[in-house]
Amino acid sequence: MKYDAGQYDVIVIGAGHAGCESALAAARMGCETLLITINLDMVAFMPCNPSIGGPAKGHVVREVDALGGEMGRNIDKTFIQMRMLNTGKGPAVHALRAQADKFLYQHTMKKTIEETEHLTLRQGMVEELIVENGECVGVITKTGAEYRSKTVVLTTGTYLRGKIIMGELIYESGPNNQQPSVNLSANLKELGLKLVRFKTGTPPRVHKDTIDFDKTEIQPGDENPKFFSYETEYSDNEQLPCWLTYTSEETHRIINDNLHRAPMFSGAIEGTGPRYCPSIEDKIVRFADKPKHQIFLEPEGKHTSEYYVQGLSTSMPEDVQLNILRSIPGLERVEMMRTGYAIEYDAVVPTQLWPSLETKVVPNLFTAGQINGTSGYEEAAGQGIMAGINAARKAQGKEAVVIDRSQGYIGVLIDDLVTKGTSEPYRLLTSRAEYRLLLRHDNADLRLTPLGFEIGLVPEARHNKFLRKKQLVDQEIERLKSAKIRPEQDVLEMLTSIGSAPITNTVDALSLLRRPEVTYAHLEPFAPSPEALTDEMKEQVEIQIKYSGYIEKQLLQVERLKKMEKKRIPADIEYAEVHGLANEAKTNLAKIRPLSIGQASRIGGVTPADISILLVYLEHYNRVVAARGS
Amino acid sequence: MMTLDTIAAISTAVGEGGIAVIRVSGPDAVTESAKLFRSKSNIVEAPSHTVHYGHIVDPDNGEVVEEILLTIMRGPRSFTAEDVVELSTHGGVIAVKRVLALLLRQGGVRIAEPGEFSKRAFLNGRIDLTQAEAVIDLIRSKSDRAFSVAMKQAEGALSRKVKVLRHQLVELLAHIEVNIDYPEHDVTEMTNQFIHEKSQHACMEIDRLLKTAEEGKILREGIVTAIVGRPNVGKSSLLNALVQENKAIVTDIPGTTRDVIEEYITLGGIPLRLLDTAGIRETMDVVERIGVERSRSALEQADLILFVLNANEPLHEDDRQLMEQLQGRPVIVLLNKSDLPSNLDPSELGHFFSEESIVKLSVLEEIGLDRLERVIRDMFFGGELESADLTYVSNVRHITLLHEARKSLTDAMEAIDIGIPIDIVQIDVRTAWEQLGEMIGDSVSESLIDQIFSQFCLGK
Repeated sequence: MKYDAGQYDVIVIGAGHAGCESALAAARMGCETLLITINLDMVAFMPCNPSIGGPAKGHVVREVDALGGEMGRNIDKTFIQMRMLNTGKGPAVHALRAQADKFLYQHTMKKTIEETEHLTLRQGMVEELIVENGECVGVITKTGAEYRSKTVVLTTGTYLRGKIIMGELIYESGPNNQQPSVNLSANLKELGLKLVRFKTGTPPRVHKDTIDFDKTEIQPGDENPKFFSYETEYSDNEQLPCWLTYTSEETHRIINDNLHRAPMFSGAIEGTGPRYCPSIEDKIVRFADKPKHQIFLEPEGKHTSEYYVQGLSTSMPEDVQLNILRSIPGLERVEMMRTGYAIEYDAVVPTQLWPSLETKVVPNLFTAGQINGTSGYEEAAGQGIMAGINAARKAQGKEAVVIDRSQGYIGVLIDDLVTKGTSEPYRLLTSRAEYRLLLRHDNADLRLTPLGFEIGLVPEARHNKFLRKKQLVDQEIERLKSAKIRPEQDVLEMLTSIGSAPITNTVDALSLLRRPEVTYAHLEPFAPSPEALTDEMKEQVEIQIKYSGYIEKQLLQVERLKKMEKKRIPADIEYAEVHGLANEAKTNLAKIRPLSIGQASRIGGVTPADISILLVYLEHYNRVVAARGS
Repeated sequence: MMTLDTIAAISTAVGEGGIAVIRVSGPDAVTESAKLFRSKSNIVEAPSHTVHYGHIVDPDNGEVVEEILLTIMRGPRSFTAEDVVELSTHGGVIAVKRVLALLLRQGGVRIAEPGEFSKRAFLNGRIDLTQAEAVIDLIRSKSDRAFSVAMKQAEGALSRKVKVLRHQLVELLAHIEVNIDYPEHDVTEMTNQFIHEKSQHACMEIDRLLKTAEEGKILREGIVTAIVGRPNVGKSSLLNALVQENKAIVTDIPGTTRDVIEEYITLGGIPLRLLDTAGIRETMDVVERIGVERSRSALEQADLILFVLNANEPLHEDDRQLMEQLQGRPVIVLLNKSDLPSNLDPSELGHFFSEESIVKLSVLEEIGLDRLERVIRDMFFGGELESADLTYVSNVRHITLLHEARKSLTDAMEAIDIGIPIDIVQIDVRTAWEQLGEMIGDSVSESLIDQIFSQFCLGK
C-alpha cells in the first residue's frame, strides 16, 4: 500500500559520503530536504579504508570545506592520525591524509545531519522514482511511502544490484553485508539510463592483539598536525600510529598456487575493476618480478581492535585469505575478523549527465558519487556537494553552478566524468589536472570560498574571516615589494647559513624570497610585518611570491581556457546537420551535448578542425537567429 | 571575436610564382614582425596600409636572412579584421621558410591552423554569411590534406623516433607522478639529477632530429647545385641531358638582386636545384662573356659543385685556376667526353680531389650519370637515402615544435639547477612531451594515466 509521506524540496537517496554532503548542502541552502537511506547505522560509513585525504583526494576535501561542506570538519573532529604528505615536494602537491576513527566519524556526521535545520533523516529503501511528464518528482519506498519533491539526488554507492564475491562464494549484497538495492536498478533502466557494471574490493580486517608489531615498522602521525577545515584551529585528538610490513615469498607462492580459485581469473567477476587499486592477486600476476609489496596495518578506531590491512585487497576464498595473512611478517598468528571481498555494482554511464550532475534523460534527477563511476570517499563528497547545491538551486529556480577545471579538482573530476566518461572506477590523481600549480592544497579557500558564500553555504562570519585573510596576504606581498634588505652582517650570515649567494646591494625582500632556498621565516627578522600574520598567511605569501613565474604562466593558459568555456553552445543544435563535421565528431557531440566550446574540445574524437567548424557554424547560427529575432 | 594569439603562415603556394608571402595576423602581428625587421621605417608606429622596405635579421646573431617588403594593415581594415602584416620575400622556398621559422621561434606567434585566416575573417565578420560553408570546406579539406601528410609521416621513421622519445619522457613523467600521487608507496623517489640526465638525453635526441630537418630540406627544396667549368667542356649538354632526361618542372625565378635563373631536376630521386643555368646556356652564343667570371658567383651559394672537365683535352690554365678556387668545397669532378681518348693527366687532379669524387662521364653516350647519382647520395645522405620516404623532419610546424620541446626541456634543467621542486619541474617536462605529441597527433593526458598504472604496482 502506498501512502503520501510528505513533500520536500530535495530528496537525497543514500547517506554515504556523497549523500551526506548533498543533503547538508541542500538543507543549508534553505531547502526542505529528506535524506533517506537503507540502514541508519550506516550513515557516512567507511566500508573500505579508514582514511581520508592524500594527493588530489585531500585537495578535494579542502575544496568541499571551502565551499561550506562537512567532510573536512568531520574528519578534523574524528581523526586518529594526521600526516602531511609530499612535504619534500612543491606546495601544489602537499597533501593531508588522515586516519579516521571510523565509528566516531560516522556517528559525528550522523549527529550533524540530525541537528541540521530543514533536514530530515529517514531509514528506507527507495525502489522507484516517480516520474511525471518526463520529470522526476519524488520517490517510492519498499514500505509504500511516497515522498514528493522538486528534485532528487541519487547516491547509491555500491548498493545497486550489489554482489559480493569471495572465491567460489557469490551472493547479492551491498558493502559490508548490507541489503543491496535491486529494484531501483531496473527502474533506472526503464527511465532510459544506461548502466555499467563496475567492481571494487576491500582487504580483510584483523585483530590488533594478534599482530606482532615488533616485526613491523612504525608510521607515526605528524607532531604538529594540520587540519582539513579552514575552520579548525586546534585539536587535542590523541594520535595512533600505523604499521608497515611486506608480503613474503610465501605470500606470493600461496597466491600463485590458488589462482585457479581467484574469481578475478576464473571469470566469476564481470565488472571492470580499477587499475589503481588492484587486488593482491592482481598485483602479483601483473607485476610478477616485484619480490614484495607493502602492507600497512591501520587502526580502525580508538574503541575497536580491528585493523585494516592496506595493500591486501582480495577476493580469494576465506581459507586462502587466512593463509595469505599468516604468511606476512608480523601476522603469523593473526586472527582474521572480517574477510576481504570484491563487490560488483551498477553505475550510471556518467556521460549521461550535465556538468551540473543532473541526468539528461530525467530532468530534476541528479546523481553523485560511486553511482557515477568514481571510487573514493572524497570523490563522492566532491560530487555530493555539487549535486546537492545544484538540486537545491534547481528547486529554487536558480541556474546551475559548475566549477571549471581551473577552479578545483572537483571541476576536473566532474568534467572528466561527464565529458569523457570512464571505463573503470575513476580515481582522482593530481596528474589529471592541467593547472596543478593553481589547484593547491593551501589555496582552496581562495579559489572557492567566495563561491560558497555566494550560493549561501558559507556563513557571513566565515566569509569575513576569509576576506580578512586575503586582504592581509595581498597587503603583505605588496609590502615585501618595497621592504628593503641591506647587505648587513646578520643578513649575510643568514644567507651563508642556508647556502644562498650573498647580496652586495640593498634589495627588496620580494626578490630575495624568489630564491628557492630562502623562506619567509628567513627574512622575517629583517623585514617584519606590522600585522600579526598567521603561519597560514605567511605560507600563502611565500608560495605566491616564490612560484609567481610558473603561476602566471598557468594563469595565462587558464585565460585561454575560459574564453573557450564562455562560448556557449545552444541546447538545440543538431550536430547531424552541421556541414563538414567528421562523423565521429557528430556522433560524440550529439551524445555528450557539450554546453560550451571548451567542453566540446575535450570530447574524444573531436579534433581541432571540428572545433573550428563548430565555431564557424555557431557564428552562422547566431547570426541567423539574430536576424530572425529582429 | 577578439583573439589572444597571433598566427602566421606562408600564404602563397610553394613553387607558384616568384614571390612568397608570409601573412601574420593577430594582436602582436606588428610587434612580433618588428623584432626581426631592420629598416629605416619604425613599423610599430607606422600607419595602416603602408609598405616598408627592409631586411629580416636573425636576432640571435644579427645575420641578414632576407630582403623583404613589409605591408601593414591594421584591424579592422584587413582580411581578418585583426592587425595583419605581410612579409613579401623573393628568395624562394628556403628563404621564406627560414623567415617563418624565425618568426615562430620568437615565441609570440604560432603557426596558423588549416583555414584559420579565413576562419578568423569569418568570425570577425569580414566574410559574408553565404561564405560560411565555403570556409568550412576549406578547413575540412586543408586539415584532411594535412592529416594525410601526417599519416604518411606517422608511418615513417620520424614518427617512430618521436614516439620513442615521447615514451622515454612519459616513463619519466609517470615516475614523477607516482612519487606525487602515491607518496607512501615503495617506488624509488625520482631524483632531480635523474630528471636532468633524462632531459639532457632527450635534448640530444631532438638535436639529432633537427639535423635531419636539414636533410629533409634538401629533399624538398633540392641541393643547390652549380655547374662550373671552362667554356666548351660540355656544361650545357650536361644540363640539357639532366633536364631532358628528368622532364623536370622548370621554373624561372628571376630574382631581383641576383639575377640567377634556377632549374629543378631530380637525379634518381635526389632533387637538384641548378644555379645559373642561364649563364651556362649563354655560353653557346656569346662565348667571350662567360666562363670563369660568371660561374664564380654561383659557386658561393652552392651546396654542391659539379666541376666539368673535358677528358679529351689536357688541363687548361683556366681549369687549374678553378681547381684552386674549389679547394674545400663540396665538389664532384666530371670528366666529360670519356668516350673519347683521354688526354688528361689524372695524377694532377689527385692533388685536389679524392678519387671518389671523380666521375667519368659521357653526356653524349649517357655514361656515368648513375655513378654521379651515387656519389651525390654518399655526399649528402651518408649513402642511406630512402628516396620517396617521408622520414625527415620536413615542415616548419614540426621544426617549430621540436625547438619548443627542446626549450621546455632546457627550462626543466635550469629549474632543477636552481632547486625548483620536482612537481614544478614536471610542468616543463610535460610540456615537452605534449609538444612532441602534437607533432604526431597523439592525444595527451589519458596515456600518462595509463602509463602510471602499467609501470607501477599501486593499490590499496
